Amino acid sequence: MITRREFLVGSACAAGLAALSGCRDRDGGLASRIPGEILGANSAAGHRLRTGALPPVSETIEAEFVVLGGGVAGLSAARQLRRSGVNDLLLLELEDEIGGNARSGSNAVSAYPWGAHYLPLPSEESVEVAAWLEEIGLITGRAADGAPIFDEYALCADPMERLFHHGAWQEGIVPRLDVPHAERAQIEGFLARMDRWRTTRGSDGRRAFAIPVDRSSRDTAFLDLDRVTMADYLKREGWTSEALRWYVDYCCRDDYGASADAVSAWAGIHYFASRNARAANAPSSAVLTWPEGNGWLARQLQQAVGTDIRPKSLVWSIDCPPSGGVAVDFLDLASERSIRVKARGAVCALPRFIAQRLIHGGPGAVAVFPDLVYSPWMVANLTLRQLPGSTSALAWDNVPRESRSLGYVVATHQSLASHPRKTVITYYQPLDDVPPQQARETALARTHESWAGQILADLQRMHPDLPAQTARLDVWLWGHAMIRPVPGFISGPTRRRMQAPHGPLAFAHSDMSGISIFEEAFTRGIDAANTLLASRKTLSPA
Amino acid sequence: MSDRGTRLLLLASVFAVATCGLIYELICGTLASYLLGDSVTQFSTVIGVYLFAMGIGSYLSRFVQGNVLRMFIRVEYLIGVVGGSAAAILFLCFAHVSSFRVLLYGLIVVVGTMVGLEIPLMLRILKGRLEFKELVSKVFTFDYIGALAASLLFPLLLVPHLGLVRSGFLFGIVNAAVGLCAVEVLRRELGGTAGLRAAGWTAIILLGAGFAASDRIMTWSESATYVDDVIYARSSPYQRVVLTRSTNDLRLYLNGNLQFSSRDEYRYHEALVHAGLARLPQARRVLILGGGDGLAAREVLRYPGIEHITLVDLDPSVTGLFSRQENLVALNGGALSSPKLQIVNADAFAWLRGRTDQFDFVVVDFPDPSNFSVGKLYTTAFFDLARGVLAPGGAMVVQCTSPFVARKSFWCVDATLHAAKFVTEPYHVYVPSFGEWGFILASREPLGGVWQLPEGLRYLTPQTLATLFAFPPDMGPVPTEVNRLNNQALVRYFEEEWAHYVH
Ligand SMILES: Cc1cc2nc3c(=O)[nH]c(=O)nc-3n(C[C@H](O)[C@H](O)[C@H](O)COP(=O)(O)OP(=O)(O)OC[C@H]3O[C@@H](n4cnc5c(N)ncnc54)[C@H](O)[C@@H]3O)c2cc1C
Repeated sequence: MITRREFLVGSACAAGLAALSGCRDRDGGLASRIPGEILGANSAAGHRLRTGALPPVSETIEAEFVVLGGGVAGLSAARQLRRSGVNDLLLLELEDEIGGNARSGSNAVSAYPWGAHYLPLPSEESVEVAAWLEEIGLITGRAADGAPIFDEYALCADPMERLFHHGAWQEGIVPRLDVPHAERAQIEGFLARMDRWRTTRGSDGRRAFAIPVDRSSRDTAFLDLDRVTMADYLKREGWTSEALRWYVDYCCRDDYGASADAVSAWAGIHYFASRNARAANAPSSAVLTWPEGNGWLARQLQQAVGTDIRPKSLVWSIDCPPSGGVAVDFLDLASERSIRVKARGAVCALPRFIAQRLIHGGPGAVAVFPDLVYSPWMVANLTLRQLPGSTSALAWDNVPRESRSLGYVVATHQSLASHPRKTVITYYQPLDDVPPQQARETALARTHESWAGQILADLQRMHPDLPAQTARLDVWLWGHAMIRPVPGFISGPTRRRMQAPHGPLAFAHSDMSGISIFEEAFTRGIDAANTLLASRKTLSPA
Repeated sequence: MSDRGTRLLLLASVFAVATCGLIYELICGTLASYLLGDSVTQFSTVIGVYLFAMGIGSYLSRFVQGNVLRMFIRVEYLIGVVGGSAAAILFLCFAHVSSFRVLLYGLIVVVGTMVGLEIPLMLRILKGRLEFKELVSKVFTFDYIGALAASLLFPLLLVPHLGLVRSGFLFGIVNAAVGLCAVEVLRRELGGTAGLRAAGWTAIILLGAGFAASDRIMTWSESATYVDDVIYARSSPYQRVVLTRSTNDLRLYLNGNLQFSSRDEYRYHEALVHAGLARLPQARRVLILGGGDGLAAREVLRYPGIEHITLVDLDPSVTGLFSRQENLVALNGGALSSPKLQIVNADAFAWLRGRTDQFDFVVVDFPDPSNFSVGKLYTTAFFDLARGVLAPGGAMVVQCTSPFVARKSFWCVDATLHAAKFVTEPYHVYVPSFGEWGFILASREPLGGVWQLPEGLRYLTPQTLATLFAFPPDMGPVPTEVNRLNNQALVRYFEEEWAHYVH
């Protein structure tokens, strides 16, 4: 009986209910019935910046320093200014909530991340981050040998991660299940090499790969790796294993939103070789996480800054007049009025592709970088009536190997309840199958139903009953989610030029690092604040 | 009936038959993953075998000679009976047959083959009534639609509202009814119909009885997995609670794991409570975490000095059962109704986290750490919190699985208590229904004191007590990791050790 055979095989799904409910989705059933919406960084505001349809300034206020952007870099800069005794401070943030790429949401079931969701334990060079973690109590003490003891509730609970491949789960993300012997040997070889890189130091005494990136060795032997792609590096070393390639691609896409053939080998190796944390109560590879992801960290920074934060403020002009100081014009989205802040100096913690269009005046020409590449991402949060699969096996991070997505993390994973049932899962997908601009346009054109259909079909292969348990599905589109370390970017002149202050304007954003992670944003914020503070006396009021 | 009417009816039966066929397949797949685990593998093999069997059926159809219609009706009855009761048969036999898979796949092959016969036979019946082009198009269209209906009905309506066993019987009835309708409508072409009609009604009555008795079938299948009679079985939101009894024994199972046998539970609970509490003459306030059966509370209440017991157990259906059910109240001496005792139905970890009050003695009596959610209750983080509620000079006792079967697990709890800055006194006791069982007494400072045992104990004496603290070499200390939220070392040891023991 061909008909039923075709009916099932035609569903093209691996097994069981997956196949059947897959058909349901194609029939426009479930995906269109699950409530939810498409959210995203304020794109209407971005549009206004481009078209210039903005009301004239109707009020002028003053502050000693102003911080532009309330992402991690901006919050960190504001905190640093605050703790250095600056009282007259203002932070302007476009969105209605702070956090930028580390922002989070919450509903009756749980808080959940919209972007950044974990912080690895701080490496040797991440001294500012480590000091802050101690300050906010995430490092609770030190063992006899000096190794920090981390707050057990914030360390990612076990089981941390697992991989789905050919219909089965394995613990950990490094592929082991169904990997032929020869490939396994290559994976071992690769990991051993990365371990060696971790301890390799240059003639300047610095580690080859450090966090923050600018604390890495400048030896050309290492920097040469920035000229080739990670894919070329793998080929050159004879690592041809498909499973290894999948793993490396996964890691590059996870941190840079692009695969091994798009990012430089230096950046690719940095992912594996930069982290060397010490901890008394966890392995070096452990991470800190919270239901709302790094939104928790952003909240801590916000508390340190206090109340001088103005959300819903679209910065549209940053002027450095010859008379000194800065004049920042922003649109108060609530009242639709433009306001000017005059300050002695400013930390510009906006992504550079935006900031460079807003700056005028100041010493010399404003540096413009037309070639910055940012990776677009799609993130979805699904509220589930029931934890997917069996409770006991569920890991925090659940990754499918045969998929364009990076899988999902479970917001309630850190919960202490012994019988959690409802949950929120956050599903991640870098949109890197076509060039970024094209990916942005395609993504914006898609409907909620189309995203929901795709996401549910992907998740269903891991958990056949998941679509039926989904109570809500929201999608967040990040057009410029993270800077992409294409070959030449980390070691080349662009990044150096991006870091130079422009008169009374100091810059802080993770895009200047070429690597978009919390530690970079946090440290850049401190550095930019310190730059302003160092010249506090010489900077004239606006 | 007009020819057109007959044709329509036959096509409607294609639709019904297609729906039934897919439903049986889904039932078998779901059941296999229920009972055997690993849903993806179970589902794919079930589907594969089922489709293959359908192929066999189609092939066999060429050997059907003579009155095709008769054959079709018989096939319908057979599918109805076998397919319809497959779920019930599988549930009932799960605990009894040594090779469940043989039965499962046997049933799948039988049902699949019959279902494979249906459409080819139907095509032949309809051959004279429709043009070939139209025949093929119509039959296959209805077949597709039927399959779609099944795939929607199954997850959305049947599983949540009827359950697998009842859904099976329901669709069995549909199959048999299709056969019976054919008998009525096409009686002129059949010749004698009395036998067929009787067979059809018998099938429907049998299946209807099965449908009505579905609940009872589920209970039988559950009692079959227990040696003794099941006297109570209920699912709470947290677990499956089952009580069994034989002439002189009462047993409680949670999720199929034995919690106690009334014949020897006193050994367990006397050891659990008195090894520590009998050395704390100053004790007034006691905290019991877990232990919703009230048996630990019964032992604590033997001390007249105790003023208050707080009992924290997740599951109100357990504490409720042990406060009301006569046999059980007799067993725990009505401890749960004691005016000194306060029941809190809460998750112990979260409950402890907000606590500031203090207790002189803490009893930690959780299930064994067989999964990650229970494993959390044996971590440094949890014991840190417990230390926080321990009054100066107080002590805590932790039930720690079997140091004989799960030696690393036992000593892992000990290592974890040390990491949480406790000094410990591990001990063990022999409980016949459990085997060699382990406990650890933990306190901030080494415990002094002599045992002053209360009256009425059946097992512990000062002499037996002294022997509990000696560990023979086969249960002695081994080095282990510390169990933390971020490594769940204990669950890993436990799984490994009990897996070896069972096989
Ligand atoms: C999906 C995703 C997952 C990630 N996961 C992780 C992770 O797990 N761990 C990790 O360490 N990192 C992760 N990251 C990287 C993350 O980007 C960084 O950790 C960090 O949050 C970047 O902070 P930032 O301050 O440099 O930039 P941003 O977050 O981009 O901050 C810029 C801020 O400026 C605001 N702004 C922009 N234009 C204007 C304007 N005109 N006026 C006013 N305000 C404006 C923005 O709203 C934003 O708040 C992830 C990123 C994404 C997108």
